[in-house]
Amino acid sequence: MWDYTDKLKEHFFNPRNVGEIENPDGVGEVGSLACGDALKLTFKLDKTGRIKDAKFKTFGCASAIATSSVLTEMIKGKTLDEAAKVTNKDIADYLGGLPEQKMHCSVMGREALEAAIENYRTGGKKKRELEGRIVCTCFGVTEKEIQRVVRENDLTTVEQVTNYCKAGGGCGGCQGEIEKIIERVQGEKTKVVPALVPRRAEKLTNIQKIQLIQQTINEQIRPALRAHGGNIELIDVEGNKVIVAFRGMCAQCMLTEFTMKDVVEAKLREFVDDELFVEEDKDSAQQPHNHRE
Amino acid sequence: MKTIYFDNNATTKVAEEVLEEMKPFFCELYGNPSSMHTFGGQISHKIRRSREQVADLLGCDPSEIIFTSGGTESDNAAIKGTLTAAPNKRTVVTTRIEHPAVLAVCRELENHGYTVVELGVDKYGQLDLAELEESIDDDTAVVTIMYANNETGVIFPIDEIAEMVTSKGVVFHTDAVQAVGKIPLNLAKSNIDLLSLSGHKLHGPKGVGVLYVRKGTRLSPFMLGGHQEGGRRAGTENVPGIVGLGKACELAAENLEEENRKVKYIRDKLENAVLRRCPDCRVNGDKENRLPNTSNVSFEYIEGEAILLMLDRYGICASSGSACTSGSLEPSHVLRAMGVPFTAAHGSIRFSLSRYNTEEEVDYTIEKMPQIVNQLRELSPFVANK
Repeated sequence: MWDYTDKLKEHFFNPRNVGEIENPDGVGEVGSLACGDALKLTFKLDKTGRIKDAKFKTFGCASAIATSSVLTEMIKGKTLDEAAKVTNKDIADYLGGLPEQKMHCSVMGREALEAAIENYRTGGKKKRELEGRIVCTCFGVTEKEIQRVVRENDLTTVEQVTNYCKAGGGCGGCQGEIEKIIERVQGEKTKVVPALVPRRAEKLTNIQKIQLIQQTINEQIRPALRAHGGNIELIDVEGNKVIVAFRGMCAQCMLTEFTMKDVVEAKLREFVDDELFVEEDKDSAQQPHNHRE
Repeated sequence: MKTIYFDNNATTKVAEEVLEEMKPFFCELYGNPSSMHTFGGQISHKIRRSREQVADLLGCDPSEIIFTSGGTESDNAAIKGTLTAAPNKRTVVTTRIEHPAVLAVCRELENHGYTVVELGVDKYGQLDLAELEESIDDDTAVVTIMYANNETGVIFPIDEIAEMVTSKGVVFHTDAVQAVGKIPLNLAKSNIDLLSLSGHKLHGPKGVGVLYVRKGTRLSPFMLGGHQEGGRRAGTENVPGIVGLGKACELAAENLEEENRKVKYIRDKLENAVLRRCPDCRVNGDKENRLPNTSNVSFEYIEGEAILLMLDRYGICASSGSACTSGSLEPSHVLRAMGVPFTAAHGSIRFSLSRYNTEEEVDYTIEKMPQIVNQLRELSPFVANK
C-alpha cells in the first residue's frame, strides 16, 4: 500500500477541474495508454494574459490523478511566465510529498504544463515533440529530459531517475547510459554503485576472464534481451573469441540497425577486454524461431 | 466499515477451528519434538497427525510430506534440490507465467550456467503441450509448471503434463499453492513427483508449507542442520504452524465440494454482473479451466491502482496487475505473456473469493463497481466526452 498524504487522497477522491475546455488557448498532452499514465491539460487565458481556467483529463493511478488536479489549482490566476516556473517539486510539495516511486507523476504534470504553454505560444499548431535523442526506448524518454530531472531534483542514482521519469524502468537496457548522464550532470556527487558495473582487472587469468564474460552477460546483457522475449547463452571462449547462442526471438530478430552480435561485443569490450570479439554459435543459429507475439 | 475480502489468492483468513487447534502449542505444549523427554516427545505425535491430515487431502502417503516454511521455500527446495541430485543435467523447463518463487529461482540458475526454457502461453493463458514435449531433452533435469495461476486462476492440465514429463524420465514439480484446497487433487492417481503448497492460502497460518516428495524421487536437502523431517529439511519444526496447517487441510477436504459450488456461484454472479454493467471490459484467462474462486477482469481506459483505491474506500479488498501497484513500471508478467494489450493489463483487477464470502458482499460490490468505473472514465482522456 502506498503512503499517500491526506491531501493527495482528497484530490484523488474529489478531483478539481476535471474535463476539457472548449476552444482552449493551450493544450498539452503527455503520456500514453501503454506507458500506464497520460494527461491532457487545457487552459484558457483572460484579457490580461492570466490563466482564467484550466482543466485536466488523466489516465493513471491515484497520484497521477491527484497531481493533475492540484496542477490545475496551482496555475489558475498565474501568467504564463509565472506558470512556466512551476517545477515538479512544487507540485509534489503542494501535495505534502509523493512516494519516491511516484515522483514521475509530478514530472508528468510539469511536462503537460510546458507542452500546453508551448502549444499556446506557437499558435496552437505545434503538438509536443520529443526533443533530442531518445535514451529509454521502453518509455520514450530523451537525454534532455533525463538531464533535466537530474538537475532539478538533484538526483544521483539510476533508481531515482527511474522514479522521476520512468527511464530505465522497462528492460533496463539503458541504465548504463543513464548512469553516464548522471555523471555528466552531477560530476563528483554521483554515488558509486559497485554492484552494477563489474570491476575491470589489469590482467586476467583465463578462468577470471571467462567468469567476467559470464558475469557481464548475466548482468549487463541478458536483462535487456529478456525484456524483448529473447535470451543469450555463453557457449565457449577460445582465446579472445567469445561464442554465444541467441535464444527466443533474438535468434532471428534484429532490434535496431545493429545486430545483436554487435551489441554483445560492445558490452564485452566495455566491461572485460577490448580485444574480445563475438561469434554466433552455428548450431543454435539454425534453431526454429519461437517468437510468439 | 465492514471489510469485504476478495483477495484470497494473496492470503486468507485463518479459520477459527485452525486457531483453536494451534493455541495449546504456544504456552502449554511448547516442547521440542526432538527431545527425549515425554513433554517434548509427545509433540511428535501431533506432527504425525498433521502429516496424515495433509496426506489425506492430497491423496498420498504421510511419509511423502515434508513441512517447510511456506510455498517459496518448497519451490526453492524442489528445483534446487532436484538439480543438485542430478549434477549431470543442466536444463530446467518452466513457463513464463510462474510465480516469482519459481521464476526468480530459474533466472538465478541461468546465471550459474543452467539452461532455462520458459514456455509461452496463448491468449487464454494455456500451454502448447506439443511445444512442452519438444522442449524436453536428455539434458532436462526438472520441469516445473504451476498447477493454477495466481493472477488469472487458469488451471493447467497437470496430470496430463506430469504423465508426459515423467514418461521421459524427467522429474516433474508443480507449484500448487493456488490449487490445493480449491480443487480436488489425488496424487495417488497422478505422476507428479514434487508439489508445493502453502498454509496461508487455504485458511491456515502463514509461515508454514509443504513439499510433497513422491517416494523414490531423488532430492538433495535444501536446508542443512538437524535430522528433522527424516533428514530432508533441517530446523526445529514450526509446531503450531504445522498443527494449524493439518487442521486447515482437514477443513479444506471437508469443504471442497461446498466451496467449489458456492464460491463458483458467487464468483460467476460477480463477474457476469460486472461485465454486463460496465462497458469495455473483458475477462483475462480461460473460463473453461479456471479456479472456482478467481476472476480477473480488465477495464479499458482506466488504471488498476485507482480502481483499487476507490474499492478500498468501500472496504472492498482486491488486487491488480497494473504497473502502479507493484512499484515497478511494467504491468503483470502473466497478462503480458498472454498477449493482453498493455491498456487492458494496466486496468486489470483480480477478485479472489473464499468460502467466507457471501452473496451480500458480491451484491454490494456489483452495485459499487459500475459507479467506480464511470467515475474514473470521466477523468480519462481516452474516453470521449458525452
